[in-house]
Amino acid sequence: MIEVDNLTKLYGSLVALRQVSFRVDQGEIVGFLGPNGAGKTTALRILTCFMPPTSGTARVAGLDCQQHSLEVRGKIGYLPENVPLYPDMTTRRFLAFAAAAKGVSRARCGQEIERVMEVCTVTSVAERLIGHLSKGYRQRIGIAQALLNDPAILILDEPTIGLDPTQIVEIRSLIKKLGAERTIILSSHILPEVSQICQRILIINNGQIVATDTPANLTAQLQRNLQVYLEVEGPRTEVMQKVEAMAGVLEVKPTNGESSYLVETSRGQDLRPELARTVVESGWQLRELKLQDLSLEDIFMQLVTDEEAGEEQE
Amino acid sequence: MKGTCVVYRKELYRLFASPIFYVVAFIFLALVGYFFYSSVAYYSLLSFQAGRTPFLSEQLNLTDMVLEPFFGSISVVLLLMVPLITMRLFAEEKKTGTVELLFTYPISDRGAVLGKFTAGVTVLTLLAATLPAMFLLEAFTNPPWPTIMAGYLGLLLTCSAFVSLGLFASSLTQNQIIAAAIAFGALLLLWIIIASNPFSRVTRGSFLKYLSLLTHFDSFARGILDSRDVFFYLLFTLFFLFTTLRILESRHWRG
Repeated sequence: MIEVDNLTKLYGSLVALRQVSFRVDQGEIVGFLGPNGAGKTTALRILTCFMPPTSGTARVAGLDCQQHSLEVRGKIGYLPENVPLYPDMTTRRFLAFAAAAKGVSRARCGQEIERVMEVCTVTSVAERLIGHLSKGYRQRIGIAQALLNDPAILILDEPTIGLDPTQIVEIRSLIKKLGAERTIILSSHILPEVSQICQRILIINNGQIVATDTPANLTAQLQRNLQVYLEVEGPRTEVMQKVEAMAGVLEVKPTNGESSYLVETSRGQDLRPELARTVVESGWQLRELKLQDLSLEDIFMQLVTDEEAGEEQE
Repeated sequence: MKGTCVVYRKELYRLFASPIFYVVAFIFLALVGYFFYSSVAYYSLLSFQAGRTPFLSEQLNLTDMVLEPFFGSISVVLLLMVPLITMRLFAEEKKTGTVELLFTYPISDRGAVLGKFTAGVTVLTLLAATLPAMFLLEAFTNPPWPTIMAGYLGLLLTCSAFVSLGLFASSLTQNQIIAAAIAFGALLLLWIIIASNPFSRVTRGSFLKYLSLLTHFDSFARGILDSRDVFFYLLFTLFFLFTTLRILESRHWRG
């Protein structure tokens, strides 16, 4: 559905994207993840035909974004970052403008506006001026205008920013629901969000894609070592010595808690039964024992910092 | 031209929804009303005097005494007011980022420019259509309607020329005040290009004369419909619409 080849974008001498290539299939929900200034918005703006790439091509549904700009734009529903809206228009009037701009016929217009307002729960503010509404409502109006005319592709730049927790949950489930029949690209720098909604994640940093996979695979791939959290009531030095002496244990680190430790073992080796046995056989009290998942956050940090370290070496 | 109509309706709504229009309209109508009153008052004063001196009465006529100064003053006030109406057309969209929305909808650049231009012309023409003043004349005398029609046609063409330049200025920047300043400066320069020329006597036939908006408007105000003037205004408008379009397109190749 979306094919991007060797996309490079320069702002003067600043490189926003370098040689980015990726593909998004029909019906996929893909998350763009990256720190601020990584190039997420630039990539999305190129896909929505707002700006052209310096080199490389972007194709949406087989059409080049530059040569068939109008056709491509007709297939995409776009929520720009910071949700620019006309503050002096009412919600309904703005949506009517957006619907007409997207080519919704006059007969279907009213019905279509009611539909998106209902989906995004902004019906209650239909007659109010957008400038007087809170950030949460404006965000949802932004999503509502993206949904007008039922586009096959949705591109959402930071869709949940500025919403309160209940709204975030609502929007996430809305995106999931929409994703059943549409292709969705969303960008975010909030990791749990992306891992919850998306089937695939593209991690982008410094204008380059540093990783792309499903959230689960990414976690598995990058988990170099396993960490086990262990809480034992017993003499600290003795516990540490005994655990360190076990086969397969790489390192034991005391944590902030008085009697807890982080045991690092090599990958693919679950030492929890052995740990439990050792503790019990030594006559100490085992309080807690659990495998610590490397969170997506850790992976992200690893990738981003690896990259930076690599660059410094250059 | 996809989207012209949509953009036109949106701009018209936003122009009427903004307080700028009402402030500008108030000042415009107050000024024009005053100019109309003073020229009519002067005309009637002279008419009384002419009753005693038949020689003078031969030289008195409504076109020279009332209509020409009236249309002239409207066009000068328009010159001051148009930049205030047009300054936001593109500058504000750039500033608030709504331009990203506008240009990711399936609306062509041409459609956007044309929609904004026609909305600006519509608003200003409504403003300049000071027809009640003309009906007031009708109540007292027998005004030359063809002359009045020519004057209003001239005003319509002037509006479109001014708006196209204002739109161009607005597309250059995201700061509304800069847009207004550029538009005002350029219009004023083109308006008085002859008067400000110290050698105007020497170079009366020079090409500068043809560039001046003032010379081309004068004939309309006197009720003369000259195809050269009509073409001048149309070309002027087209030129600046074209330049605006090029400026908008430059986002595709500028780094």
